[in-house]
Amino acid sequence: MTLQALLSGQGLMFLFFAVAAIASGILVVILQNPLRAALSLVINLFSVAGLYLSLNAYFLATVQVIVYAGAIMVLFLFVIMLLNMGQANLNTSYRGVRTIIAFSSAIGFGGLMSAVALKGQPNVMLPADAMVTGSSAGSVEGIGKVLYNPNLPWLFAFEWTSFLLLVAVIGAVVLAGKRQQPSEDKA
Amino acid sequence: MTDLLNSPVWRDLFVNSADQIPWYAEFVRSLLRFVIALAGGLGSVPILVWLERRLLGFWQGRLGPNRVGPFGLLQPLADALKLMMKEDITPTNVDKTLYYLAPAIALVPVICSLTVLPWNSSSDWGAVAPHLNVGILFLLAVASIEVYGVILAGWSSNNKYSLLGGLRASSQVISYELGMGLSIIAVLLMTGTLAMQELVHSQTIVTNVPIPDSNYSVWTQSVSAGFWNWNIFKLFPFGLVAAVVYMISMIAETNRAPFDLPEAETELVAGFHTEYTSFKFAMFFMGEYANMMIVSAICVTLFLGGYTAPWGILGQLPASWTFFPSSVLNFVNHVVIAPAWLFIKLYTLISFFILVRASQPRLRYDMLMHFGWKVLLPTALANVVLVATSMALQQLFGAVGHFIAVGIAGCLATIVLWVAYLHWKARKSGDEASRLPIRRESVVRAIAARMPVED
Repeated sequence: MTLQALLSGQGLMFLFFAVAAIASGILVVILQNPLRAALSLVINLFSVAGLYLSLNAYFLATVQVIVYAGAIMVLFLFVIMLLNMGQANLNTSYRGVRTIIAFSSAIGFGGLMSAVALKGQPNVMLPADAMVTGSSAGSVEGIGKVLYNPNLPWLFAFEWTSFLLLVAVIGAVVLAGKRQQPSEDKA
Repeated sequence: MTDLLNSPVWRDLFVNSADQIPWYAEFVRSLLRFVIALAGGLGSVPILVWLERRLLGFWQGRLGPNRVGPFGLLQPLADALKLMMKEDITPTNVDKTLYYLAPAIALVPVICSLTVLPWNSSSDWGAVAPHLNVGILFLLAVASIEVYGVILAGWSSNNKYSLLGGLRASSQVISYELGMGLSIIAVLLMTGTLAMQELVHSQTIVTNVPIPDSNYSVWTQSVSAGFWNWNIFKLFPFGLVAAVVYMISMIAETNRAPFDLPEAETELVAGFHTEYTSFKFAMFFMGEYANMMIVSAICVTLFLGGYTAPWGILGQLPASWTFFPSSVLNFVNHVVIAPAWLFIKLYTLISFFILVRASQPRLRYDMLMHFGWKVLLPTALANVVLVATSMALQQLFGAVGHFIAVGIAGCLATIVLWVAYLHWKARKSGDEASRLPIRRESVVRAIAARMPVED
């Protein structure tokens, strides 16, 4: 990305959200208090939604906020508050294993970043008037027409994912229901 | 005067269409639209507070505030002054950052959601962001982050009652968001759009007024098509079911009676805002009332025809009044009458919610969860499927298809009600043990655990 592209409106937006995403991502790891770490994750998810917005993907951005920031993270906070987790509850065992994992993922991330940096400057910005199968690319229509088109490979993956989610939902119901079985038998 | 109206700056600011104006005019327009939305949104809060207290007084057989100003109209002003003059106490062991942040987080999303609310059909002036094509999703996104203010307030206050209030709020909002989202999906199926302006247009008669010399070739102007075209009456009874599910969820989302468990004073003192005083409390207060207005406004836009009149004649001045210049007629029609209808519908709906608060007792917490997950969610889900079925059958068989779908819905409802009746009858005729299985068993166990074993 050239300096000129960065100083345009879209570029400035990208810079702002990218810095916010990286900073909040680091905070998630660093902060000791689990609630604050979770809140940093919320900020991170918002910044990623902002990045989607700067790519003209409005639908993806709003869904990111609805699903991740609005539902999943609220559930996270709910659990943290329910367990009333403080700093003392942090698990300090497995330090050696954690160090190894941390180092290997750091090396992997560094490699990925340098590969991207060395390979060139791909122009990822989607122009505002980009079209996909007759509708604008980031819009609901565009995504829907690509996702549900039987001639494109995405339909199978999409249906398969929803099937997987259904299995997970049924599994959750079965797991949650099992605990009540003995008490009902007794009564 | 005519010099000013014809000056290029004036035309740039107020007359020319959006693709022909310089950037500063666009900036001024955005600012103006935002000021209008803020004035309409936050300016309604004192009116709402006054309305709520007076109506509650009326329905509970007392007077309500009637001392400050005529009919007590200045009471909200006195209240606000009192709140600001009070001592601002920060308890010792609170998490300071989050404690200060929470009221702001409770208020800001509410203001954000004002940006996509359409108040007339102008493509330039009809809303703060009239061209956002995922308007309703944006609203859902903003509504889903409003709960953070309550959660953070409950957690950072370092108070068990506050924490319990925050916990209740988070689980309640997550549960009722599902019913809300599904009822909105039913509307989206009927209208086939996500943009707020087009949601209103789909319930009205739309005329395209051509705009000369512009890339936006038409100005879509909507005129009321009568209240029977509103989404609440579309695909009857599915639209009505969606509207009722939305209204119930919206009371739960805004934590109002009878769903005000997060601040149940008999159990939790004041819930999540127990430790808040002075202006920080006022921000929570303002957020709650503004939120109430926003969700009602969304309801009006989705189900009740938005800013259009219930009858075509009521929506505009008669065209035969030619003694006014047409610009004046246009101005009155779009700037006075359209927002006036929005406000009339809004305050009628809000008065209904105040009536609900005045007449309904607060639910128990397990009843709230039971209702949300086992009644509201299946109803909304079945409604979405039935709307889709009806639309698919209508493509096959024409209008008859809808009646087939209604028949399916009727059969389903009969089966469900019959099973529920059998359950109720079995529980009623059964002994004490089958009526209260869990409670009785736990009581027995609790007694057994405390009693010393005799032999």
